[in-house]
Amino acid sequence: MDLKARRSARLERNRAKKSKHFNTSEDTAMIEIRFHGRGGQGAVTSAELIALAAIEQGRYAQSMPSFGPERRGAPVQAYLRVSEEEIRVRAEVTHPDIVVVLDDGLLNIMDVTAGLKPGGLVVINTHQNESDVRGTMKYKGRLATVDALKIALETLKVPITNTTMIGALLKASNLVPLDSLIPQIKHRFNPKLAERNIEALKKAFEETKVSG
Amino acid sequence: MGKREGLEVSLAVAEAVKLARADVIAAYPITPQTHIVEKLSEMVAEGELDAESITVESEHSALSACLGSAAAGARTFTATSGQGLELMHEVVYIASSMRLPIVMAEANRALSAPLSVWGDHSDVMAVRDTGWVQIFCESGQDAFDLTLWAFRAAEDKRVLFPVMVNLDGFHLTHVVEPIIIEDQAAVDAYLPPNDFPVPLDPRKPVNMGTFAPPHIYSEIKKSQEVAFQGTRPVLRELLDDFAKHFGRKYNFVETYKADDAETLILTMGSYSQTASVAVDELRAKGRKVGQVRIRLWRPFPFDELRAAVRNAKRLVILDRAIASGTSSPVATEVRSALYNEEKRSKIASIVAGLGGRDILPEQFVEIIERGEKIADEGQKEPFEMYGVRG
Repeated sequence: MDLKARRSARLERNRAKKSKHFNTSEDTAMIEIRFHGRGGQGAVTSAELIALAAIEQGRYAQSMPSFGPERRGAPVQAYLRVSEEEIRVRAEVTHPDIVVVLDDGLLNIMDVTAGLKPGGLVVINTHQNESDVRGTMKYKGRLATVDALKIALETLKVPITNTTMIGALLKASNLVPLDSLIPQIKHRFNPKLAERNIEALKKAFEETKVSG
Repeated sequence: MGKREGLEVSLAVAEAVKLARADVIAAYPITPQTHIVEKLSEMVAEGELDAESITVESEHSALSACLGSAAAGARTFTATSGQGLELMHEVVYIASSMRLPIVMAEANRALSAPLSVWGDHSDVMAVRDTGWVQIFCESGQDAFDLTLWAFRAAEDKRVLFPVMVNLDGFHLTHVVEPIIIEDQAAVDAYLPPNDFPVPLDPRKPVNMGTFAPPHIYSEIKKSQEVAFQGTRPVLRELLDDFAKHFGRKYNFVETYKADDAETLILTMGSYSQTASVAVDELRAKGRKVGQVRIRLWRPFPFDELRAAVRNAKRLVILDRAIASGTSSPVATEVRSALYNEEKRSKIASIVAGLGGRDILPEQFVEIIERGEKIADEGQKEPFEMYGVRG
């Protein structure tokens, strides 16, 4: 069996595996999100800004990086939980409701959908069209795609897609209102950079395509 | 009134130190504690905090600098983690035996080798018997509150011992979550200025930590230990006092659904929250399971622990550290606390969550169920490691 076939067989097996994991989102109305990116792209900032926006609304949220020494360019993860109740789980997100991928190159080296809950959502930064992405991932569920890199390069002039991908995520889910991110972005960046990030956020929100 | 904010837990600890109006901060950066002292340095540089931030060349020097400043009567803070705490080791004893009210944030981290920056309780267990008051946080709110409390407790004239606030590396230090940050007026009303009774002062010379030949050393050690063991009622009172000021009550030993529980899972630190989800899951299935969490680790809360576990048939104790060549630290302590009791729970000692490894709620269910089996059959080995390959 060649590598590719072996990989897709493994993916199918993983998906078929009956999860012992508690369905936390059903029990407590908690949404769990896993961000995949590379060091420097801003996965940690994405998770954090949404957490801060949700907390500001009076809700509960928790964001954390995949712990450890981070290296620019190396695959990293960040985790986010948003809930109407106090969050007690203090561990990485292994069974996400939503997966956000800041770099579609990661699709070739890992299974970003590992542990994704049934009915889950994947949001991907990619210049490829939807069916090509689905082909690479062997994924049939809900999918949101956006060329976040293009938007980031146009508006921010740097290949950092954190705020852009927040726009994409909020198009595909109603986690927090888009406007709730604006004060958080203004707080995080200097005025000029904040303005560009808000533009990137809104542009991604408009351009994101959701299917499945 | 305090303000509820989303904040990284490390930054909340720095806020607490600022609100406490610390005079001196001497620390050396080490992961996962770095954000705490980084933020404090920034606050000092920006003029938000009127304190001396002493940059030192090692953790040994950091705590040595703290000895001097605390002895001079300055409100003194340091933070460290893992290897850093071990490098401080000899000075850790000196701080407590000189009765210096230093506050330390300890971002709990595994010890080398192999090198691990991730969290467990190995580091604090190596200094558990050094005469510091040691308290554990379970959440970001705990870390903010107990840092404030630590200054109040350390500086109380009936205590005068250094206080170590333990917060799990990464699982607390690097998490952004909602935390109520109290305002300056409320903190000022809670925390009076440090009034160290015998400060170093050239006009009124005093000796500290001097030479003790055999005819006096034992007496001095006895007086230190009598004083340390005697801090429990005061620490209890000071936790009540914190609740009066801020409405959040902390106890030496916390319980959750423990009253009618036949099996209790005993935890310490931030994994306690995750474990409580497993307790709920088992309760939903009609199982009589509850939880006991040790918050005050030193001086050990014998009375509260005995009261909390009195009616349980089985006690499943989670340790996030190995005590090489013997049983694991928390289990050893609990066994010794219960040995003279007429009615004793059967104990299962389980080690997990080393070097930052997560324990998920469903894994806590497995730990509890495995622990029940071990307790019923009688544990043959000093402890069992959960979820480890090989």
